[in-house]
Amino acid sequence: MAVRDKRSGNEAVGIAMRQMNPGVVAAFPITPSTEVPQYFSGYAANGEVDTEFVPVESEHSAMSACIGASYAGVRAMTATSSNGLALMWEMLYIASSDRLPIVMAVVNRALSGPISIHNDHADSMGARDAGWVQLYGENNQEAYDNEIMAVCVAEHPDVELPVMNCYDGFITSHSVENIELLEDDAVRDFVGEYRPGHHLLNPGAPMSAGPLDMPGYYFEHKRSQAEGMICAKKVILETADRFYELTGRRYGLFEAYQMDDAEMAVILIGSSAGTAKEAVKRLRREGVKAGLIKIRVFRPFPAEEIKEALKGLRAVAVMDKSEGFSTHGGPLFHEVSSALYYGDKDLLLCSYIYGLGGRDVRVEDILQVFKSLSDDIARGSAEPYCRYLGVTDKEKEEAADGI
Amino acid sequence: MKEQDLIQPFTPWQDTTRGGNIYGSGSSKYYRTGGWRVDTPQFEAARCVNCMRCFLLCPDGSIALEDGQVTGIHYDYCKGCGICSEVCNAGAIHMMSRQEESAHGSER
Repeated sequence: MAVRDKRSGNEAVGIAMRQMNPGVVAAFPITPSTEVPQYFSGYAANGEVDTEFVPVESEHSAMSACIGASYAGVRAMTATSSNGLALMWEMLYIASSDRLPIVMAVVNRALSGPISIHNDHADSMGARDAGWVQLYGENNQEAYDNEIMAVCVAEHPDVELPVMNCYDGFITSHSVENIELLEDDAVRDFVGEYRPGHHLLNPGAPMSAGPLDMPGYYFEHKRSQAEGMICAKKVILETADRFYELTGRRYGLFEAYQMDDAEMAVILIGSSAGTAKEAVKRLRREGVKAGLIKIRVFRPFPAEEIKEALKGLRAVAVMDKSEGFSTHGGPLFHEVSSALYYGDKDLLLCSYIYGLGGRDVRVEDILQVFKSLSDDIARGSAEPYCRYLGVTDKEKEEAADGI
Repeated sequence: MKEQDLIQPFTPWQDTTRGGNIYGSGSSKYYRTGGWRVDTPQFEAARCVNCMRCFLLCPDGSIALEDGQVTGIHYDYCKGCGICSEVCNAGAIHMMSRQEESAHGSER
């Protein structure tokens, strides 16, 4: 049933897209996501899909074309990174408020400036308020699996929201790993056919879309949009259950690694979870009760479930691979800390900004974080709670000697 | 679309359409933008040669046609932009300012 192969993250996502045979793919290239539409255009040129491949003049146009295609009643997909995502920023809001089930691979790359082609989460974090469901994958298997599940979530009648399938640039997108692909017909059957209730270019049932709202209308449309995001949590879990039956791979809102009896934990997103798991394993061998939570679903944010998962822990570090410049912690930290406002307030919580612009994250670095957490426990305080990991700071003893 | 099918302001969010989609056509005819007008076009049928430039270029579809002849202006929708007057080569349309209209009355 499964096809064992070795693929990079981008190749795997391109294969998933081919297997789902979307009506339209409109894309513009940007490192490190370029290969996704590049491989897909090869499939289109070779007649392996029925897709209309539209090479557009900018990412803003890519999202605009996807919106038009989705309104016309077909599955529309694309991929981008970094400033490409930033360039289509206004259209992200349009895609979501128009309730269009567009699925976009976001290959996480730092935002300029300075210009960086390397991995961090600034791009998708910068778009966190646009109303897109945001899924994050740790490795190429997750990137492939999430691409498929994303389509089911987006198109579900209780959701009808676009979905970002985020995974780390170069680390996941370009590294080749062993992977289990699904057979073409298994994917096709899993996602089914796209059957929109209403669409343009339908003379039998004319409609107008994307209207202007006067103040007597806008708020109700936004509340309706929020309901889609509220329902998305349940749909994500139901889709994951179906996926488990198909593949034996389990997915949830997050992965709790060695959390059952953990006293300290690190919460983070993406490929650094692999590094962090190694750190946790080493600490466990020494008898330290360390654990890890790897967030898979950032939007909608699983506040209740995180609050439950952190019950009984003594210290937690929330690690952000993006700087929101709030000056009191990163974006993920804010989500977790507000979830905990109605939870365990005795927990020692701190924020780490790390890995910006592709700054290497090593096992030693995560071990350093756990060391700081145990120091926090010993002195009974998480102050100062806003910390940086890996930046060269002449006032700090340890230097950042990564790449 | 019938006027009663239009969605009213402050419709509960559970009952409104997703994305603000309008399921029907021709709803713009219920949005009477004529009230926005400052200057009003006056049509002189005697001068009109039915070249249709006003009809083609009116951005609001507010030139009235009957059996291929221009018969006047749809004042419920005309916003008074003056394009019809500007493009008419027969001098059949001229814009009357609001002051003139109040002083002398007008076609509408």
